[in-house]
Amino acid sequence: MANNLIEFRNLRTNFYTSSGVVKAVNDVSFSIKEGETLCVVGESGCGKSVTAMSLMRLVSPPGKTEGGQILYKGQDLLTLKERDMRHIRGNEIAMIFQEPMTSLNPVLTIGDQITEPLLLHKGMTRRDAKKRAIELIELVGIPRAAKIFDSYPHELSGGMRQRIMIAIALSCDPKLLIADEPTTALDVTIQAQILDLMRNIKSEFNTAIMMITHDLGVVAEMADHVVVMYAGKVIEEAPVHELFANPKHPYTQGLMRAKPILNQRQDRLYTIPGQVPNPVELGNNCYFNDRCEHCMSVCVDKQPVLTTYENKHKAACWLYEKGGEVS
Amino acid sequence: MTTPLLEVNNLKKYFPIQGGIFGKTVGHVRAVDDVSFTLNKGEALGLVGESGCGKSTTGRTILRLLEKTEGQVLFNGTDIHALKKAELRKLRPEMQLVFQDPYSSLNPRIKVGEAIGEALVDHAIMSKNDVRDYVKEILTLCGLAPYHIDRYPHEFSGGQRQRIGIARALALNPQFIVADEPVSALDVSIQAQIINLLSDLQEQKNLTYLFISHDLSVVEHLCNRVGVMYLGSMVELAPREELFKRPLHPYTQALMSAIPVPDPTRKSERIVLQGDIPSPSNPPSGCKFHTRCPYAVDKCKSEIPKFQDVGGGHFVACHLVAN
Repeated sequence: MANNLIEFRNLRTNFYTSSGVVKAVNDVSFSIKEGETLCVVGESGCGKSVTAMSLMRLVSPPGKTEGGQILYKGQDLLTLKERDMRHIRGNEIAMIFQEPMTSLNPVLTIGDQITEPLLLHKGMTRRDAKKRAIELIELVGIPRAAKIFDSYPHELSGGMRQRIMIAIALSCDPKLLIADEPTTALDVTIQAQILDLMRNIKSEFNTAIMMITHDLGVVAEMADHVVVMYAGKVIEEAPVHELFANPKHPYTQGLMRAKPILNQRQDRLYTIPGQVPNPVELGNNCYFNDRCEHCMSVCVDKQPVLTTYENKHKAACWLYEKGGEVS
Repeated sequence: MTTPLLEVNNLKKYFPIQGGIFGKTVGHVRAVDDVSFTLNKGEALGLVGESGCGKSTTGRTILRLLEKTEGQVLFNGTDIHALKKAELRKLRPEMQLVFQDPYSSLNPRIKVGEAIGEALVDHAIMSKNDVRDYVKEILTLCGLAPYHIDRYPHEFSGGQRQRIGIARALALNPQFIVADEPVSALDVSIQAQIINLLSDLQEQKNLTYLFISHDLSVVEHLCNRVGVMYLGSMVELAPREELFKRPLHPYTQALMSAIPVPDPTRKSERIVLQGDIPSPSNPPSGCKFHTRCPYAVDKCKSEIPKFQDVGGGHFVACHLVAN
């Protein structure tokens, strides 16, 4: 049994906006095991990216991580000094972002950007760093690595830039790779290439991946374990096969039915009525109650707790309250 | 046979590339390179392809939001690109566009009621007094509430804004709507709502759609016929069921297999295409797809394949299929 690499415990990150406090991450707990791919799914604004940013300690004002713990190898990242955090960030935990266009510095060459973490974290000499950088560029499947080393980001296509981002993230052999919607901005044929690459990296280096996505197709293909978020809360969590075979939360069920699937055309798509609630005015109830077709009176009165059921399946929904145990 | 609502014949749209100190034209981006198809009334044609394949440019050139380079666009028999400005303006209410980004396609300082009604008054279809009630009606039709009429765009969510965009296109009672990636910016649960709305409206009003999208599964849902574009050319065009059951062009096959299926038990046999899409300013010779095609033979490099019917209205441009 693999050990927990990262453990989120009751994490809370709030944003202080002019219209009120937004609880972007509201009491979130889950863990990522070594060498595992964990996917966080949810729609925009559900707090999936903020969870990852909290882990990297990159939440900037008006946002603030105000409660809970994030344990990495038994150490709480939230209490680390900024200096110590810098040793972890980009070194043991690396991140790639959605927009490969904006996350590379346009005035530095690709080589400068890949060697930077090697010089900083690994203390390599320039010559060694260059050698390693060229290896990395080849590793992520870009031909003519030596030439790419001296090019600038604008000379590369979107898919190639995302490969470079992955190369930078991999440069220090991280234990955990956070990928925030890494393929959303890419075309499907390029997306297939990048997903393939990430799968290879995982099997070759045993890197744990925390992948943030809104696409259930990507989840099915990549994940070992899935966390579903809605309005800042984890509402369901399960191993990937269990989740797709037996989704418990009405929101998860709705998401699966609402997505048009190739070669499974229905006359009418299932829709989840309404929209995501305003994050400022959340009460102490199930945040999904007004969109849920199974809504009961208890759903409006009380918030369901994330409860563990059979097959490591957790859900926060009053429908399953009998038979589960509160974790 | 009745005349089709829209007939596109050998449409080309090249954008000049300027270079040098005198801004001389040094080349052309062939955004749309010899595209032909017809669209009957009440039909929904999907145009799919990856970014840069010219699907949006095709949509815009058809509406003459861009001037064509060559070819012909017949709308109800009239050549749109031969019309004078005033004549074109008269025709505009018949053909409308729904944009991808519901955030940037609405003016933040104009109330949605005005944004929707503006065109009606402008085209003198309605007087200012009647417009308000009509706009309320249209809002209801598009799944919004009549009281939304005096609100500003920032008060709406993404899905609602897309409904406003659709309401604005619909207000003029058009026959033909070009929808350019109308659901790409939306979340799954909202996307399904908008797809259903578009298909309801089509049924109620007998609308004709040109639906531009990069997402084959969305297109499968909404369209009766689907065209696949690659680097400015149409590579395959077929009725929906035919295309999805029997994709013939290697690019269509790769595109379909690349879509992740939300079923972890299914091991997909994926055709992963190597490399990137070539630049449309300097497209490969012969079949434009030959640089990435897993089945390419010598002939593909030298000879441009004909876009021809292989039976049942299934058009494809591939040397391997033709034999």
